[in-house]
Amino acid sequence: MADADAAVGTGPLLSASDIAVHFPVGSQLAARARHHERMLRAVDGVDMELDRGDALALVGESGSGKSTLALALAGLRPVDRGQVSFDGRVLPKHRSRADLRRIQMVFQDPYSSLNPRLTVGSMLRELVRVHHVVPGGEADEYCARLLTLVGLGQDAMRAYPRQFSGGQRQRVAIARALALRPDVLVADEPVSALDVSVQATILNLLRDLRGELGLTLLLISHNLAVVRHLCDRVAVMYLGRIVETGSADQLFGNPQHPYTRGLLAAIPRLSDSAAGRAQGGPAVVGDPPSALRIPTGCRFRTRCPIAQARCETEDPALRTGPGEPGHQVACHFAFTGAPENGAAGANVPAELSAEMPAEVPVNPDGRA
Amino acid sequence: MSAIPLGGQAEPDLAAIPAEHAQPRQARRWYRQPALMSGLILFGIILFLAAGAPLLTSYNPIAQNLSQTLLGPSAHHLLGTDQLGRDVFSRLLYGLRTDLRIACIAVLFPFCIGTVLGSIAGYYGGWVDTIIMRLVDIVVAFPFYVLIIALVFVLGPGQRSIYIAITLVGWVSYARIVRGEILVAKRQDYVLAAQSGGLAAIRIIGRHLLPNVITQAIIYAMSDIVQDMLAIVTLGYFGLGVPPPTPDLGSMINDGQNFLTTHWQLTTFPGLVVVVVGLALSLIGDGLADLIRPGQA
Amino acid sequence: MSTGPILSVQDLNVRITTRRGIVRAVDGVSLDVAAGEALGLVGESGSGKSMTLRAIIGVLPAEGRITGGQILLDGVDLVPLSQAELNRIRGPKISMIFQEPMSALNPVMRVGNQIAEGTRVHLGYSKSKAAERALELMRRVGIPDPERRFRAYPHEFSGGMRQRVMIAIALSCDPEIILCDEPTTALDVTIQDQILRLLSRLCRESGVSLIFVTHDLPVVAEICDRVAVMYGGQLVERGDVRDVLLDPRHPYTLGLVRSAPDVEHVRDSLVPIPGSPPSLVSPPSGCRFHPRCGFAQDDCTVQPTPLRDLPGGRSTACLHYERCAEALAADGIGHG
Repeated sequence: MADADAAVGTGPLLSASDIAVHFPVGSQLAARARHHERMLRAVDGVDMELDRGDALALVGESGSGKSTLALALAGLRPVDRGQVSFDGRVLPKHRSRADLRRIQMVFQDPYSSLNPRLTVGSMLRELVRVHHVVPGGEADEYCARLLTLVGLGQDAMRAYPRQFSGGQRQRVAIARALALRPDVLVADEPVSALDVSVQATILNLLRDLRGELGLTLLLISHNLAVVRHLCDRVAVMYLGRIVETGSADQLFGNPQHPYTRGLLAAIPRLSDSAAGRAQGGPAVVGDPPSALRIPTGCRFRTRCPIAQARCETEDPALRTGPGEPGHQVACHFAFTGAPENGAAGANVPAELSAEMPAEVPVNPDGRA
Repeated sequence: MSAIPLGGQAEPDLAAIPAEHAQPRQARRWYRQPALMSGLILFGIILFLAAGAPLLTSYNPIAQNLSQTLLGPSAHHLLGTDQLGRDVFSRLLYGLRTDLRIACIAVLFPFCIGTVLGSIAGYYGGWVDTIIMRLVDIVVAFPFYVLIIALVFVLGPGQRSIYIAITLVGWVSYARIVRGEILVAKRQDYVLAAQSGGLAAIRIIGRHLLPNVITQAIIYAMSDIVQDMLAIVTLGYFGLGVPPPTPDLGSMINDGQNFLTTHWQLTTFPGLVVVVVGLALSLIGDGLADLIRPGQA
Repeated sequence: MSTGPILSVQDLNVRITTRRGIVRAVDGVSLDVAAGEALGLVGESGSGKSMTLRAIIGVLPAEGRITGGQILLDGVDLVPLSQAELNRIRGPKISMIFQEPMSALNPVMRVGNQIAEGTRVHLGYSKSKAAERALELMRRVGIPDPERRFRAYPHEFSGGMRQRVMIAIALSCDPEIILCDEPTTALDVTIQDQILRLLSRLCRESGVSLIFVTHDLPVVAEICDRVAVMYGGQLVERGDVRDVLLDPRHPYTLGLVRSAPDVEHVRDSLVPIPGSPPSLVSPPSGCRFHPRCGFAQDDCTVQPTPLRDLPGGRSTACLHYERCAEALAADGIGHG
């Protein structure tokens, strides 16, 4: 399905260089009074690469900046620093229609991602028409094929979103994303709003589409099980930075960053038992710091079981592990034996700061 | 799964039973709303009376007949005649017609202008929003009637002045309403999806956003028609409205004042008509609001 | 030490009146919870699990009514009690925590006062004694700097902290059982981990029982001793957590297990459960799951399928439950 005009590049299909996205919060005065910064640094210096045909997952919890980064990559949110390149070409701040087309998104909430006033058919036809994806007369047939591709029948064309269930809406959303024949599909938590049994159908669909259409997939998710099922490569984000990235095998098999390890340890598993888990403390203690008060040095140190003195002053950069090409970690102690106890002690609750942190929206958009 | 189960088989979301997604039934439910129905019926009667004025009365509302002044209600003149011998009933019907027509048309311009400016302000934000909202603030700073009366006074009485005055003053409410709705609606993912699809801003505002937010403006328009009618009536009362001899409820009220003790019907009936029209439109507005609220479309 | 169960729900029926008809939200559900036990109640949206909890504590929506069955708390049937009588029980004997702490906490009331309120109303504590107890509870649930946080408002807390506040409120009058309605669903994984451990610890330390409602199977595995699976308003399986999740005896449970991606093993293809949840206004005849069941046979469409006891403390509603074990073996899925 690759477009005839898609360049066969040798480099990565999509890459980001030192991306930063900031949100101003309140006024300068208020910021000073409450002892936090004015700029909420949702994404704070991210480099990443996505190769053609790859499936990369951006993993993180709320406040990690993963959704904001995805929106920035898709051109739906302007970046405050850095640049996004597509097929070797730097994309301008205001993307052209042709550029926007290349990267399409599927959103998390199936109930707000479809215009309630438009039938599925009108919505698809509009996109096809505006971009001249197929010659005018073939539009209807094209839309019909799209629906079949995602497993919906033809009566869906005349239906309104309210007539569909959550899972079906996501199918419609996927059909819409595919309508413009994008090179990259960005899926922002595509199944987290769905029931478990329905999630499976959508996950299978995404997987099948990848195979059939050769899609490049960027998946945003907090659910590592979903990530494991769909993706080859994973990047873990914390407070606006990528802290570890590598292949799925590397990350799940040999996680090096304490946050990644904590994340993996925190996931409840079917093989768990109530008695077994009650031993020991939680995998990651405390609450994440506010994105308006990012800790100096390594931003994870306030919750890290192995934090040392140097973590407070030196901000670790992503380094590739020796003998593990493609596996990069931003920790002073990655790939070395980790020290026994952190200088801060085993359980460091976050936010022991003297002031009460005012609750601020992690991301004014409401996205993580 | 090949075909979608349309209609009946959508699973009821138990956790949200009190606020059930009832949209498919919304279109069928409107006639069960008592407020909406009574308002519509009442307004229907009013429209019939206004539109059918030539059929319902044979008297010319401006024809004076000085030998028949100030007669009481009778078989010939249902509501009697006024001080110039004109049939009150015909004047009532024609006056209603005039005022209603002016009010409805007068609402149209502020509605359109306000909606457009409000959408632009809401969608783009930034300095565009600031400028438009400052304009709004300036207009809003003046009391409605003061501004209307002042404008008409300056422009000279007459229908055209009324339209201009109401438009200049009335657009702000619509702008605010639409701007507010758009600010909320543009956060919905489907707007992001439309932007991602490279659709032009005008298309997004016009085709994707407005249909979803226009209902609040329409509901407001109902009460705005009432307000404009009152404004026109008030202007008429001050002699700034529709110039005589065209019948107009406001000037009828004014003229009848002098005869309040002897021929109270001259003032009272026009007043009652205004009240009833206001009631009908308010009922319609309330009914629409009730319809919209539970199943927020 | 009481010998019988703390809470015994027998044959509970909840009906909800809607425009579409009478919804049989909960249909013949029976549960027992022993002292100090954590019982999981698993199901997807529309299964009736939340309604069951609400019926137990008596906060059904206006259109809902309990139309049958008994709810025995310490031997006393809650069903016929009035709201006033129920109010005396809520707090001291039974309490509840919810999914969205922001809407469950009063946004204009200081957190400390909200925690203290229960003891003042139900146990007659004085203001200072209640405040002391509130501080103690805050420490117990792991809220740092409680003296300072006592005077804070809910919006100043993070999601995990608010959930801890809600747990503190639920514990304030030392209830015998706490009902938990998806308390960790809206939380990040690492915070969920903290809250689940907290609940586990509290359950063990103070002997309070839990009914934990969730749709997330691994969470049930982590925190519960026994689990009951609901579908279409009915119970379809019940038993020890490890038994039910690793060796299911009902096709729906099997479907749930097979359709969920697993972080530990990558499966070729997830096996979704075809079809959609049943209408609860006019549910399918016989077994409610039969339209979606790969093992359905003729008798499944005709006979009602109440829970039947199996050896080993398990129960299932499926007439052909052996098929599940066969299917698992064929899959080659063995969870160690």
